[in-house]
Amino acid sequence: MINREGRIKARFESLAEKKLAGLITFITAGDPDQKSSEDILMGLPHAGADLIEIGMPFTDPMADGPAIQLSSKRALASGQNMDKTLKMVEKFRKQDADTPIILMGYYNPIYSYGAERFSVSAANVGVDGLIIVDLPPEEEEELVQPAIKAGIDFVRLTTPTSDKKRLLKLVKTASGFIYHISITGITGTQSAETLDIRNAVGKIREQSNLPIAVGFGIRTPAQAAEIASIADAAVVGSAIVEKIADGIGSPDCVNNVLQYVSEMANGVHTARMN
Amino acid sequence: MNVEKPNSYKNFPDTAGHFGIYGGRYVAETLMPLIIDVEKAYTLARTDKLFLDELDYFLRHYVGRPSPLYFAERLTASIGGAKIYFKRDELNHTGAHKINNTIGQILLAKRMGKKRIIAETGAGQHGVAAATVCARFGLPCVIYMGETDIERQAPNVFRMKLLGAKVVPVQSGSGTLKDAMNEALRDWVSNVDDTFYIIGTVAGPHPYPAMVRDFQAVIGREVREQMERAEGRLPDTLVACIGGGSNAIGLFYEFLDMEDVNIYAVEAAGKGLKTGQHAASLSAGRPGVLHGNRTYLLQDDNGQIEEAYSISAGLDYPGIGPEHAWLRDNGRVKYVSATDKEALDAFQFCSELEGIIPALEPAHALAYVRRIAPNLSSDHLLVMNMCGRGDKDVFSVANALGVTI
Repeated sequence: MINREGRIKARFESLAEKKLAGLITFITAGDPDQKSSEDILMGLPHAGADLIEIGMPFTDPMADGPAIQLSSKRALASGQNMDKTLKMVEKFRKQDADTPIILMGYYNPIYSYGAERFSVSAANVGVDGLIIVDLPPEEEEELVQPAIKAGIDFVRLTTPTSDKKRLLKLVKTASGFIYHISITGITGTQSAETLDIRNAVGKIREQSNLPIAVGFGIRTPAQAAEIASIADAAVVGSAIVEKIADGIGSPDCVNNVLQYVSEMANGVHTARMN
Repeated sequence: MNVEKPNSYKNFPDTAGHFGIYGGRYVAETLMPLIIDVEKAYTLARTDKLFLDELDYFLRHYVGRPSPLYFAERLTASIGGAKIYFKRDELNHTGAHKINNTIGQILLAKRMGKKRIIAETGAGQHGVAAATVCARFGLPCVIYMGETDIERQAPNVFRMKLLGAKVVPVQSGSGTLKDAMNEALRDWVSNVDDTFYIIGTVAGPHPYPAMVRDFQAVIGREVREQMERAEGRLPDTLVACIGGGSNAIGLFYEFLDMEDVNIYAVEAAGKGLKTGQHAASLSAGRPGVLHGNRTYLLQDDNGQIEEAYSISAGLDYPGIGPEHAWLRDNGRVKYVSATDKEALDAFQFCSELEGIIPALEPAHALAYVRRIAPNLSSDHLLVMNMCGRGDKDVFSVANALGVTI
């Protein structure tokens, strides 16, 4: 069983020691096919990803924009399911013992698998955290309890609609880190104003000591650097997934994606030195 | 799944929006403050005399309520058995029960100061009902509709446009109602400040299942009074078709605690429950979480949502309202099904015998009535909800019958 104070905490602490912000990358498991998806995953730490979010594909990703909708569709078409996603993490752990893996998605595939069975299996293969988009604090208990018991952090999403009272409720049961969604919208669409992000991060810091990651709409190394100067980590999702889509069928697909990730990592990792 | 019977079926959902294990609020965090606002506003409105008087005014003078309770004499004689009444909600303005709900929600949206309305639609009946009230109250309206549905429901698309609504085609997924609902939720997440989402059925996150039910419950309240006047007693059996379940719960709710009243809801069995091509989530699905609530869903072994199928676009949804999921488990309502073919037969039967062209949705209910009525005595009072008229379906029916028009 994994220690409660696990890889996520260790990674953020080591970043803080180096006075660096982290890069969190998102890919959908099985997109565009199992082999390419695995190759990308294996290459992410070397390309500069500090934490990795892996999307568990779902037929009805209601909070996602077109890029991630299509990635889920490709993954499901390639035969991806929960067992395969967990196997992918297991394989990754054999090569990398330190980079935190966070599974992200919607509740139904987990509910269907069984919340308790899922928590145990996920912990056993080396999953460190969960982000479940459609499981607000009001409905979280049936998954959070077995997840925490298994040693998996439950990462909470905060948004521009979270007022002070709501934030308090959100951070109360959060663990690992806080993921601030910087816009009111779906993934991969618009980007937020820096000032708004700065204010939001400040308000979260008043209520929680957990590291804060900021995501939604981050596409360029410059944008990533800006986030890195405000928050503890920048999350890049749709932009990576679009690079995957662009490269389908090309022998350079995996390399191009990893090249892009290393550019983004460079942006994040040099941000606080300027 | 079996659950205990409650003391009253009418004390649900609980304050968190749960009907037993069903219902709830499974939405993205961005939307939580919004649905909590809707809940607060609705909780105040539902006991506010001003709101209720205004609702009553519009139901009477704009929608045309009460709708008649009509004794279908020739149909009764032809089937032989139970005395069959139709609750004629197809005579409402816009031709279906859907407007009972949209009029309620638009009054709430106005009260909340919202400036823009969004809605999803499958067959287009809810879209038309939403566009209608938006025109009446002068609010801009965006309707999300799957591409597949846009093709098969062209007359309703044109009606919505005439009413000033913007109809946005949804290409994601299979381009049907569930995808339209995803897209409406995406719109809402992106327009949190000024937008009110008018959901068309008793599904979605709390408070929608309870709120839509309350707005539709006028159907059953009228039936109770009308039957009292016509026959001096309560009905014995109620039958309604069920897609998301709003017309059904609208008829049933008044009678849930009257255990002598038999209640049947008829799902769309499409080409047959065993073919995999149907929309019978309660007969052939299992519990899951989608579109903000836990309920019975058509899904594969991995929890991926499956496409529903029915000749009737209004029943073509892989989920069902959470209150129905709960009423199924506790046994208060019997959930049954009728196939495309049975519905088509009933559609023609009703048109020829009663001069009423039913929508394909209530044609499913009628198909089941034809199955049970012959075994019931002639003093058995059966009420079927004629929840929509069939004008919108003449093209699909002609097509199914191989007729060119």
